[in-house]
Amino acid sequence: MLVSARPLRGPLLVITTACVIGIAGCAGGDPSPAAAPSAAAPSAAAASPAVSAPAVTVADPWVKTAESGMTAAFGTFSTTGSTPVTVLSAQTSASSRTELHEVVVGDDGAMTMRPKGDGFVIEPGAPHVLAPGGDHIMIMDLASPIRPGDQIDVTLSLSDGSTTRFSALAKETSGGEENYDDGAGSMHMSGGQGG
Amino acid sequence: MSALGPSLRRRALLLGGAAAVVGGGTAAALAVRDGDPEVRPVAVAPVGAETVPFHGVHQPGIDTLPAQAHAVFLGLDLNPGSGPAEVGRLMRLLSDDAARLMSGRAPLAAEDQELAVLPSRLTVTFGFGAGLFDAIGRAGDCPAVVRELPAFPADRLDPRWSGGDLLLQVCSDDPVPLAYAVRRLVRDARSMTSVRWVQRGFNPARGPEPAAVTPRNLFGQRDGTANPASGSPELAESVWVRDGPSWFVGGSVLVLRRIRMDLDTWDDFGRVGKEMALARRLDTGAPVTGGGEFDEVDPRVVDERGMPMVAASAHVVRAKARTPAERMLRRGYSYDDGPTPDGAPDAGQLFAAYQADAATAFVPVQGRLAESDVMNLWVTHVGSAAFVIPPGCADGEFVGRALLGT
Ligand code: HEM
Ligand SMILES: [Cu+2]
Repeated sequence: MLVSARPLRGPLLVITTACVIGIAGCAGGDPSPAAAPSAAAPSAAAASPAVSAPAVTVADPWVKTAESGMTAAFGTFSTTGSTPVTVLSAQTSASSRTELHEVVVGDDGAMTMRPKGDGFVIEPGAPHVLAPGGDHIMIMDLASPIRPGDQIDVTLSLSDGSTTRFSALAKETSGGEENYDDGAGSMHMSGGQGG
Repeated sequence: MSALGPSLRRRALLLGGAAAVVGGGTAAALAVRDGDPEVRPVAVAPVGAETVPFHGVHQPGIDTLPAQAHAVFLGLDLNPGSGPAEVGRLMRLLSDDAARLMSGRAPLAAEDQELAVLPSRLTVTFGFGAGLFDAIGRAGDCPAVVRELPAFPADRLDPRWSGGDLLLQVCSDDPVPLAYAVRRLVRDARSMTSVRWVQRGFNPARGPEPAAVTPRNLFGQRDGTANPASGSPELAESVWVRDGPSWFVGGSVLVLRRIRMDLDTWDDFGRVGKEMALARRLDTGAPVTGGGEFDEVDPRVVDERGMPMVAASAHVVRAKARTPAERMLRRGYSYDDGPTPDGAPDAGQLFAAYQADAATAFVPVQGRLAESDVMNLWVTHVGSAAFVIPPGCADGEFVGRALLGT
């Protein structure tokens, strides 16, 4: 909850470059997520040599389809820099309310997700995987359904003041249906989503 | 090629024999007999990791030759009420899946890396039937020949194997990654489509004969001899659309016919008659009048009594292109869904022909064959479907986007 309330630090000035990176990162032909940063770096340099590359690239981004309520976005985050970068918050084109979540095993043994207060720390050389059953970007209060094949724009705000934007492809899956404990009672993440 | 053919083939047979022995478990014995000049272990290339690029000017799975050993053809129907938005979402999803699967990666949201990592030249090819053009409000853009092929006299078409709004042709040298790809593609398509038909086909396995050898069909014939060569100007001219709207240039037209082959009567027909029906030999694929496999059949050749050696109604005589516009790439697969409960074969060919314009290629050629072709004694067309094959797409795009205009 704290995380989502934190104001965006970076102005949206860097979006053009971020966009290039986002696309290059998601379209990389290499099966290894670790290779995404190196694949993305040259195109960023070519596109706008004057602006430094954003600190985080995103490979294989996708979002789980949902009719209403809430859903989650996933992907593999890497940093191109030599120091750790923290993803502080995310915004999406699908709703006005987004949180960064982690999944923990509760006392009852059930998987429960909750806001990750310090954000996602991306260490150099260690891609951070967001996947069902683990860390994810929680998209809440959906404005309209997310259908298979839709594309959702996601903008990450980073600890260095920059932002990274990418486009996540919507896919149906029954994975990652954790309970949500936001401190005010539990709810089920999958909401009204069909099979 | 034809000049080297026989000696190469003998050598291949010898090597094939060695490979069979290796397969039989005596690899170690062979490996230590390295002084033996006659028997050398065959170095089997690790073909599983071979990939075909998804992105490009043309879709893959057409000039991907030799054709992979296994194929699944799927005819899907769009859900009622589908429009351009639904088709766009569907093609964006399926194109993304195809690009990942073909490069040896699991689709997004899937973690089955081990099923995807050895695609064995997996290709996914998409075709648009008339129903898709209608759904997106572009009925007038569907070529008439794709909307409706003419009826041919001997057709015995079963709706069960005919039609379809969207074609998926999925091919691989290995049936396991193929099954995985088909399953994941259909899983992503099924909220927007239903499966109208599925047809599975096969060619000779990769390995028993050298890759360049023409595959055999279930009649035992070498089938594909006269095809244009991969990457050749002839293939480009025959197969790819060059004049037309930009959404179509670089594309093609697929005619898929399910052709039942009556193998029981073929078995018992006698070798001379079988070779006369085709005008090519069964063993080498060479013309019955002599020469090598890649020599053309000359219907004017006569024997010592002055009698023609080639029947005027032999399959290749009737089928041979009479104008450049009649040429096509035949990329068929055998099917075998038998035996039936009473022990009869249920087998034939999934005849898949790619051409720039089916109205000038498949239609006149099949018109001649339906009228007269000795092979009609054994073959019956039982299924039919035609599709526009949109051009390939660039990285970050999806197949058919230009047609959808999104
Ligand atoms: C089960 C059905 C069929 C079988 C078993 C079959 C088999 C063969 C074989 C063995 C050959 C000779 C080798 C080669 O050039 O590939 C051949 C040639 C050919 N076939 Fe078929 N075929 C069938 C149906 C068709 C159909 C439906 C068409 C087109 C409408 C067709 C068009 C051709 C053409 C164009 C050639 C090459 C002729 C040449 O230029 O020499 N075939 N076929
Ligand atoms: Cu969550």
